[in-house]
Amino acid sequence: MKVAITSTGNSLESTVDPRFGRCAYFAIYDTDSKAIAFIPNPARHVEEGAGPKAVQQVASYEAKKIVSGEFGMKIKPLLDSLKIQMIVVKDPEKKIMDIMEMLNH
Amino acid sequence: MNHSSLSLDRTNVHYMSPRTKRLRKVINPPVIKGFKPYGPDTGKGKAEPVMLHYEEYEALRLCDYDLYNHHAASIFMGVSRPTFTRIYSAARQKIARAFVEGRQIAIEGGKVYFDSDWYHCGSCKCFFNNPEKDQKVGECPLCGDTEKISGVEGDPEKFVPETSVEVGTELCYCPQCGYEQRHQQGIPCKQEVCPSCQSHLTRKTLPGKQPARHRGGRKH
Ligand SMILES: [Zn+2]
Ligand SMILES: [Zn+2]
Repeated sequence: MKVAITSTGNSLESTVDPRFGRCAYFAIYDTDSKAIAFIPNPARHVEEGAGPKAVQQVASYEAKKIVSGEFGMKIKPLLDSLKIQMIVVKDPEKKIMDIMEMLNH
Repeated sequence: MNHSSLSLDRTNVHYMSPRTKRLRKVINPPVIKGFKPYGPDTGKGKAEPVMLHYEEYEALRLCDYDLYNHHAASIFMGVSRPTFTRIYSAARQKIARAFVEGRQIAIEGGKVYFDSDWYHCGSCKCFFNNPEKDQKVGECPLCGDTEKISGVEGDPEKFVPETSVEVGTELCYCPQCGYEQRHQQGIPCKQEVCPSCQSHLTRKTLPGKQPARHRGGRKH
């Protein structure tokens, strides 16, 4: 299963980006193959509608879960309709590798 | 007494499906974590403590301390009457067992279900929703913990941090599980109960830059 993690950078040492719509990168982690890909978020600089754009993006990677620091109120119904689960991690110190490790429980 | 009313009752019971996720509300969290027996023969067998769940504690408190009848108490807890009766008898049986067998009683968070969209994991401190509404939440989607999952009551806006939250924002903070909500003016944080683990909340101010007046003071 694929999990999207919002990331501040493109390495395993990067921390979880607290913003969903305007995160710098999406780390797409495949929990089966253990492969990870960092994809720059094309929505991060748009004036408006970054959230819905980011949702589209994540959906196109076929991610079933998203890990981020926050989701705007408008995002929840969108993700609900796509049956993508939201996981809110509030610890700003958490690194992508930490999240991967937790997902491998 | 007549047959028609009896069948009507049956129908009602049927509607109260046990699968319905309803909040078994705990209004007042217990002030203690449990009881220990004393006397010459205690502690010999090192018997396992009896685990009394929050919902069982609450059922007992409502009936035998606040003296509500089962009907009223079931409404308070947001469960059907038969469910309430089951929780209440479990509470009494557990306490009787502790008394008779000289066991400790440990009060712990039981299966307090919430009809909510949001859940909290006390193990990794994450929050998550349940997009598969018809499936029960069994484990944390992040760390896989199955023990410390609890529903979060109310508006997720309260605990999902938003970009608009400024440095210096006052929060009510749960020292037990990390739950946070916006502090409401005039309500002491200690009066607020964590919707996730039922602990009392404390005040927390978001760290960051000091308010402008402090910096102004330095300058002169
Ligand atoms: Zn967890
Ligand atoms: Zn708590």
